Amino acid sequence: MKFLRLVLANLGRHKLRTLLTTASVALALFLFATLRTVVTTLESAAQFGSARRLVTTNATGIVFVLPLAYANKLRAVPGVEAVTWANWFGGRYGDGKRFFAQVAVDPESYLAMYPEISLPEDQKQAFLRERSSAIVGRRLLDVFGWRLGQDVTIQGTIFSGDWTFTIRGVYTPTDPVINDDMLLFRHDYLEERIGRPGIAGWYVLRIDKPDNAAVVAKTIDDQFRNSSSPSKTGTEQAFNASFATMWGNVSLLMGTIGMAVVFAILLVSANAMMMNARERTGEVAVLKTIGFSDRRLFGLVMLEAGVMTITGAVIGLGGAKLLYKATNFNAAGFLPGFDVTTRTLMIGAGVALLLMLGSGLVPAVRAARLPVVQALRRVE
Amino acid sequence: MALVEIRDVHKTFQRDTQRIEVFTDLTLDIAEGSFTALMGPSGSGKSTLLNLVAGLDKPTSGTVRVAGAEVSAMTAGQLAPWRARHIGFVFQQLNLLPVLTAYQNVELPLLLTRLSRKERDERIRIALGVVGLEDRLDHFPRQLSGGQEQRVAIARAIVADPTLVLLDEPTGQLDARSSQDVLGLLGRLNDEFRKTIIMVTHDARAADQAKTVLHLEKGVLVERQAIAGGATS
Repeated sequence: MKFLRLVLANLGRHKLRTLLTTASVALALFLFATLRTVVTTLESAAQFGSARRLVTTNATGIVFVLPLAYANKLRAVPGVEAVTWANWFGGRYGDGKRFFAQVAVDPESYLAMYPEISLPEDQKQAFLRERSSAIVGRRLLDVFGWRLGQDVTIQGTIFSGDWTFTIRGVYTPTDPVINDDMLLFRHDYLEERIGRPGIAGWYVLRIDKPDNAAVVAKTIDDQFRNSSSPSKTGTEQAFNASFATMWGNVSLLMGTIGMAVVFAILLVSANAMMMNARERTGEVAVLKTIGFSDRRLFGLVMLEAGVMTITGAVIGLGGAKLLYKATNFNAAGFLPGFDVTTRTLMIGAGVALLLMLGSGLVPAVRAARLPVVQALRRVE
Repeated sequence: MALVEIRDVHKTFQRDTQRIEVFTDLTLDIAEGSFTALMGPSGSGKSTLLNLVAGLDKPTSGTVRVAGAEVSAMTAGQLAPWRARHIGFVFQQLNLLPVLTAYQNVELPLLLTRLSRKERDERIRIALGVVGLEDRLDHFPRQLSGGQEQRVAIARAIVADPTLVLLDEPTGQLDARSSQDVLGLLGRLNDEFRKTIIMVTHDARAADQAKTVLHLEKGVLVERQAIAGGATS
């Protein structure tokens, strides 16, 4: 502790350099935490899904619809306990700059299928009663400053025209992976407005036992194999994971960028530390003549690197954690549940430790091994 | 009684392909409580001798003993604590750490001891009082004159009460008045506090302050001269 003043005094020698080096470490770890959180959020989204829920889509692709008449046939499949359906709407609100998902759902069966969507009972009843009603996530309500009972007009892009919905409920997800940035409206309203073509974008089924998933899926797909709309059924988790893979190998990309940033900052920090050490060759020699041992000088230089990297780590990692928490960031609904995890913070701390070793080790060894007579001669 | 015993010391340096012999067979004693000036032309081995005594350098062969300890046989790990305990060193320049105040610079050797903060504070104030800078505790080196900087360096050299104070051209960068102040201070340290002092100098007036002057030429001790009235002015 008594040497800390010496370390801090040395760091204060070039305040701007120390500030910039610490800031670069903070920025590197902030970016690291951010990029890794993108990866972990996508991974959690891909892993989300009840083992008892299956999703049936058009086998040709998710943009193709299925007949609404499949609902009854699906209910009749052995092992299927409940069925619901939904349709992607794809409209724009206002100037369209703030994207959010709008999904037409069968209200009663959808809310029963997803107990993770928490909605006050009176608001649920209003949603079930009123055909042009909608429920929205808390975040969406806050972003646009909407209120209950307000009419909201969305311009349809897939289904053209102006669509006005009355907000009758505000849902809160009990699982952070569920997007609270959506507008859910009634599928029968969609059907009514577009002339009752009888379509569903996808079906969600609850089965009796997770072990039956493969058998049930096969039974369903076999049933519709030779129809005009063949189906593809899989677990909800596989369905969500397929969205994640649509981003390509994001994990590898983000990880590579993150490591490249950290490595670049390592070089910057190491360079700054070595400049510091080189400028103080004479002083290190003086300290050795006073009786500072090689080991102690090694420790002091490492401590300097430690103070900078730990400060940078606290600012960078802590800043990322607090900032995303405070702003409730979710990339406009693309990354629901975006939160810097404890594991990311721990890995970040490990990276900071490596940064400290990487940037401090060479100057520390140099200081420790400095031949004092040569150093004094060089200075004089 | 000899505090410093140098026996049959041979020292060579390798500079590129050139082999430079500094000492071929140096033997000398320096008494406890003495004030010795080492004089001689450049390259005569004065600073090398000082470095050997401080354990900053090792002889190629021969032995260097200080207060009974064979410095020349110590490892780097043994030398650091030994220097902290027994040696106070003052250089011609670059003595003080510019980021530390006079107080903090003097405190450096005490950081290596087990003294409490209060005990350290007492010693620092005494040392800075001895060199007449008790009113410059919070001044940084850039706020001090050259002479004051050297006095702070001397305070740092004596604060841990070392066995031996070594000075390498302590007045080399100072004007006449500051030199006289510093030399007067060294005389007091020797007379009043019984500090054993070895000082390398080119300056005959500085050497006059010592009690003994050793003349070196090409690594050979050519003359030992006792100064009448040295270290009493």
